[in-house]
Amino acid sequence: MTDVQAFRTGDTPLPDIVILTHKLTRDYDMGGEVVRALRGVSLQIRKNEYVAVMGPSGSGKSTLMNLIGCLDTPTAGEYWLNGQKVSALSDDELARIRNKEIGFVFQTFNLLPRANALHNVELPLIYAGLPTKDRRARAARALARVGLADRMDHRPNELSGGQRQRVAIARALVNEPSILLADEPTGNLDSTTSAELMQVFQDLHHQGQTIVMVTHEHDIAAHAARVVTLRDGLVATDQLRAA
Amino acid sequence: MPFLEAVRLALQTIRAQKLKSGFSAIGVFIGVTFLIGAWSIVNGMNRYMTDKFAGTLVGVNTFHLRRRPNVNFNVEDSVWRAWRRRPRIKFADADAVTQGLRMPVVTAWYSEDRGSVEYNGKVAKDITLEGATERYFDIMNLKIADGRAFTPQESKAGTTVVVLGYDLAQKLFPGVNPIGRTVRIHGIPYRVIGVVERQGNLLGISLDKFVVAPALSPIQREVNPPGVVDALIVKANSELEMRDAMDQTEAIMRSRRHLRPRQDDNFVMETSEGVLDFWKKLSRILYVVGPGLVGVALVVGGIVIMNIMLMAVAERTREIGIRKSLGARRRDILRQFLAESAALATVGATLGIGTGIVLSLLLKVATPLPAAVSPFSILLGVVVGGGVGIVAGVYPASRASRLDPIAALRQE
Repeated sequence: MTDVQAFRTGDTPLPDIVILTHKLTRDYDMGGEVVRALRGVSLQIRKNEYVAVMGPSGSGKSTLMNLIGCLDTPTAGEYWLNGQKVSALSDDELARIRNKEIGFVFQTFNLLPRANALHNVELPLIYAGLPTKDRRARAARALARVGLADRMDHRPNELSGGQRQRVAIARALVNEPSILLADEPTGNLDSTTSAELMQVFQDLHHQGQTIVMVTHEHDIAAHAARVVTLRDGLVATDQLRAA
Repeated sequence: MPFLEAVRLALQTIRAQKLKSGFSAIGVFIGVTFLIGAWSIVNGMNRYMTDKFAGTLVGVNTFHLRRRPNVNFNVEDSVWRAWRRRPRIKFADADAVTQGLRMPVVTAWYSEDRGSVEYNGKVAKDITLEGATERYFDIMNLKIADGRAFTPQESKAGTTVVVLGYDLAQKLFPGVNPIGRTVRIHGIPYRVIGVVERQGNLLGISLDKFVVAPALSPIQREVNPPGVVDALIVKANSELEMRDAMDQTEAIMRSRRHLRPRQDDNFVMETSEGVLDFWKKLSRILYVVGPGLVGVALVVGGIVIMNIMLMAVAERTREIGIRKSLGARRRDILRQFLAESAALATVGATLGIGTGIVLSLLLKVATPLPAAVSPFSILLGVVVGGGVGIVAGVYPASRASRLDPIAALRQE
């Protein structure tokens, strides 16, 4: 267990806490029947932590992921990101948070098929309102950082799975977000490519990037420094691993 | 997302899906094509009517004193019968008006009928036989291409000389100089003294199939009863003087005919304006019907675009999810899809404008209908086309912008 600040409603998190959830719950109304996907998750993640979230299907992993990624809003509880209480923000403000603070890496890559790698990486910068020239330069730098400087003009279907996922990582990082949020990032990759990708994550972690990764594979989770296990919408275990 | 970015993206999408975009823009395309085409025809007719038609039939600053209007449109039977009961314009009336007018005017007698002209066994049928006095050529701006017009002496004496229209001269005298030769009208020989310059045609009817002979020559028997003319043509120096001349003519004619103050005129003075009235009535109908048809086409076009955009939103749900996850706000998505449907419609409208212009040019070349593309109609085409796109895009775009990002990302 990490030492957790005793957080009460009305407090503000300590400055080095990037993610803080307090008794976070999320209910879904499935045709009259209420499904309680999260039943009160309290979690604190510090700057530059590398956290894997595990759990069987139905445990609430994805729901927690969506809430942390500001794609969804909680039914009750608080969520603080970088000292800002986001559980009470409007739609547009959430979009801004997603744009500036969060970098998503999805299992299915989620690249735009008709756009080339450079344009895919450019997208978050477009919504950030950067001028074209700056956008191009930064997107190119981000692609170079993941080793795809020579693949900028290629469309996703002209790239291998590993390359696609690296484009997605470049896109996630291009706005220098507070957290990198990865949802089963190796789910669609073979084991060699997966290992390479884990190396990329490891490097990013060493460079100071905070990473939260949802996975159900133990050997992938083993790369993380801290593993949080969910069961039935609650945190079951939360342990640090020896580096 | 900045506006330009949205437009760029929209054009990119359209380029990537040429066929589909083509089909979706077809309604607007047809609507705008029709708009430009119909507009340019009405516009062309309008200009033609004001510049040529009225000028040709009546002349500038000119009025015709007649028993009844020559150019008319949709006249009731009872009115027509009343016109037929009116007394005709006599030589004496024409002389009295000519001498009574106190401003400098030029006048000419004019009578016409249809008949045939014969030369050397060749017969030209359906020729306008005109009996006129010598100033007729000046007033109607008929220039003599060959030979001469008749002189005042010939006019007064009723000499049997004629001036031919261009087409008639071509027909009766192919490759031969007609001057000095003799044509026969109803068996009476006339000496050809001149040929009038080519006048072209009016709505497809040749203006060059006529002969003009002095009003007092035997042609009078072919065109009117003795002592009667169809019209006295009066040309003034200015519009103002023409109005004065018309007032005086009215006074002279009323007193000659002993009309009481309450009685209406039993003669008319036709001006080019009067002829234009006829056209205005017609064009008013066109101005109602035309936009109606264009409107129907544009509404259909708008519905087609709306459908296509709804399909595009459904197809690209995942793309919308991705964009939202990367920080696109509702208004970014809204703008993207609005720009796309506006661009679709504008592309359709632009093609429509091009086709409309080509169409009206073809029409101008292939038919007697005059056509002139007005810059305003082009502007209107673009604005209306783009507007249809925006209106049609509002609903699909707002649906796209309201998609839940999680559900959208889950979409296959």
